[in-house]
Amino acid sequence: MYQTTYHKGQSLDQVRKLHAELPEPSYISGGFTLIPAMKNRLAAPENLIDLRALPELRGITRDGDRLRIGAASCHAEVAGSPEVAQSIPALALLADSIGDMQVRHMGTIGGSVANNDPAADYPAAVLALGATIITDQREIAAHDFFTGMYATDLAEGEIILRIDFPVPRSAGYAKLRNPASKYAIAASFVARGSDGSVRVAVTGAGEDGVFRWFDAEQALADRFETASVEALQPDPGMMLSDLHGSAEYRAALVKVMTARAVDAQGSVDIC
Amino acid sequence: MQEVTLRVNGEDYTRKVEGRTLLAQFLRDQLRLTGTHIGCDTTQCGACTVLMDGRAVKSCTILAAAADGAEVQTIEGVAEGERLNFVQQAFHEHHALQCGFCTPGMVMAATDIIRRHEGVLDEMTVRRELEGNLCRCTGYHNIIKAVLAAAEVYRRSKAPAQATAN
Repeated sequence: MYQTTYHKGQSLDQVRKLHAELPEPSYISGGFTLIPAMKNRLAAPENLIDLRALPELRGITRDGDRLRIGAASCHAEVAGSPEVAQSIPALALLADSIGDMQVRHMGTIGGSVANNDPAADYPAAVLALGATIITDQREIAAHDFFTGMYATDLAEGEIILRIDFPVPRSAGYAKLRNPASKYAIAASFVARGSDGSVRVAVTGAGEDGVFRWFDAEQALADRFETASVEALQPDPGMMLSDLHGSAEYRAALVKVMTARAVDAQGSVDIC
Repeated sequence: MQEVTLRVNGEDYTRKVEGRTLLAQFLRDQLRLTGTHIGCDTTQCGACTVLMDGRAVKSCTILAAAADGAEVQTIEGVAEGERLNFVQQAFHEHHALQCGFCTPGMVMAATDIIRRHEGVLDEMTVRRELEGNLCRCTGYHNIIKAVLAAAEVYRRSKAPAQATAN
């Protein structure tokens, strides 16, 4: 790892000032993506600015029909939160399926969403639930937030404060994990909104990262049953192909995982 | 260089560290607590697992500077003097180690799992929660047995006197 200087964030004003003034800065939260990247010299920020202690990024609250999760909440906090379990049980169980126990103790929801790894779990939930990303500058709808593999609509220096999830009528998540890395080879989050609309978001499989599967949304809005999904054929042309699976295999998995997520409403199906 | 103070195994240590110094390096190289092993250095194997503020974490992926002010427990801090603690004792009794390289991380991870579940554990839960710890001798079978046995000891020790009497 190259040299770096660590700065513990004390306030929003202070971290924004540090980010604006210091050379080659990077925000850090749990660090479980950034530190491995720094060890491999894929990233070499000269200054690390730690966001975890900022009070604006802390806390999980239910506010009417919204569930608000502070960006610095680690996966274990989301998994163990009674507010999350009561509001969106599939989201708590999704958090409990990320990485391993030690990773869940450090990795944060804000870090995961800002990084937008093409095989991360949270982007699927954020997109399917139609969440809003609240930053220190504005509010961004999930649909506009994820702009491609490892890419988001965040501006340089912009900080995610929290993520607001509308509480759905029901939601479910199904994932096939890589047994070594625990990342999704393909996973699908299916949510039914309080207005009856259906959203399907797929992670791990798309060549541009997380995506909404509109054909499945339409079919499930007409009839919310696994047969609606099984009649569809996802396009292998938009799927990722790597040593873990071909595009055709992933296209087949997208269908299977989406059908399982329909079956798993109120829960998750992790394999 | 920046100064950090960590409480490790009950003692306060103030040392100067580089920004890039990892907690695992700090423990091993600066405090000479070499029981915390570095197996993969890629956040996969869990040999470097320690308890930070009571929670199992992989110390090869945490900056020492970020751990400033934290309370850390390593494998050196679990025995009661010359006596093995209940998790170590269970590993000993169930032959839950072969080469022993992964053992410090296994014991620290197991300690967190047992405490968090208050000693009420089944095999599937132990297997699931130990996913972040790899044993390249593949001695998982006895490791699981040892964790379940240690959990039982923990549960009994925490049971109220009344329940024990019944």
